[in-house]
Amino acid sequence: MHGFANPARFLRLANWLTPLLLVSGIVVTVGALLWGFTSAPPDRLMGDSVKILFIHLPVAWLGMGGWTAIAIASLVELVWRHPLASIAARAAAVPGAVFAFLCLATGSIWGRPTWGTWWVWDGRLTSMLVLLFLYLGYIALSSALAREGSSSRIAAIFGLVGAINIPIINRSVVWWNSLHQPPSLTMGNSAIDPVYLYPLLTAVLGFSLLFGAVVLMRMRTILADMQAEARLRRKAMQAAEGI
Amino acid sequence: MTGQGNSGIKPKHQRLVLLVIALVALVGAGLLAAWALRSQASYFYLPSEIVAEAPAPDQGVRLGGMVEAGSIQTAEDGITVNFIVGDGEARVPVSFTGIVPALFVEGSGVVAEGRMGADGTFVADNLLAKHDENYMPRELEGMSTEEVRAQVEATLE
Repeated sequence: MHGFANPARFLRLANWLTPLLLVSGIVVTVGALLWGFTSAPPDRLMGDSVKILFIHLPVAWLGMGGWTAIAIASLVELVWRHPLASIAARAAAVPGAVFAFLCLATGSIWGRPTWGTWWVWDGRLTSMLVLLFLYLGYIALSSALAREGSSSRIAAIFGLVGAINIPIINRSVVWWNSLHQPPSLTMGNSAIDPVYLYPLLTAVLGFSLLFGAVVLMRMRTILADMQAEARLRRKAMQAAEGI
Repeated sequence: MTGQGNSGIKPKHQRLVLLVIALVALVGAGLLAAWALRSQASYFYLPSEIVAEAPAPDQGVRLGGMVEAGSIQTAEDGITVNFIVGDGEARVPVSFTGIVPALFVEGSGVVAEGRMGADGTFVADNLLAKHDENYMPRELEGMSTEEVRAQVEATLE
């Protein structure tokens, strides 16, 4: 793992992996959505609005997956002091926040015709909103620390503590009576008919590839920023010595 | 990284152990909090809970359950519907005046916001349709309605 402690080695990998993930992500996502939107029949109760599922579920999973990635990267940073860990955590925060927001937005649009309301304060919706706020707090904190040049350890602790919300989101519909339905997909079980399930899983794959591409792009940007700053500092020091 | 101090434990292992202890404590606290919230954080009461512990007549509560098959009756004024919400153990008659959501059908889930009337009828100000976890096309509906209903009722218990 520490082989990638050298950013140059990581960049060599990222340089060819990023376009690969990006292009395959776009192709698979667009393909899955076209497949789902054109082939899936109306649901017995929800009609055509069932097709929001093809966006809502992948972005919900990735919204939670983003924070899981932050938590793992934070653990790696705190225990093994891996130099890329805090960069990976910062890179996953913005796409994670975007997906959490998209999950809330599509869920709200879906809730109006099916439930008869845009928003309710039930366990699932509330804990997902908390996740979005945690993301915003994490982004503000980690970028402030990076700007000051201080240690990112506080952000890593925040990333680990915030992870307690992930199992709460997952279990909210089981622990508490909620308006949101219980999970449709559990280990080895599906309550989703195959005509919806296959495009749905393809969309999950496509969105995941896109997520990975964005994380790699942001990691490269952060590394480039750090390099540019180091160069500026060096130049300033040389200029100061020259006086 | 070499071992430091007298114990000979590598700092990285020490950090790992400390973090694991901290995380276990944190997860434990979170689970305890979630457990304590079990009843308060529920979005609605089941009919059996309402019947067992009736709320005060003027207290606003939410009642959630299955709309009993064959129980929906439209009153003479045309906009008031009376139906029965059940959870397999208890049944509560509900009265609602207004436009029902599109997913409000017999045998499906519903959440009614309102208060318990003196005569044991729940007077709803608002109805929300609760979707179950099943997604299936209309063509398949007739094939496994019983299966679906059994599953839906299982999740509500």
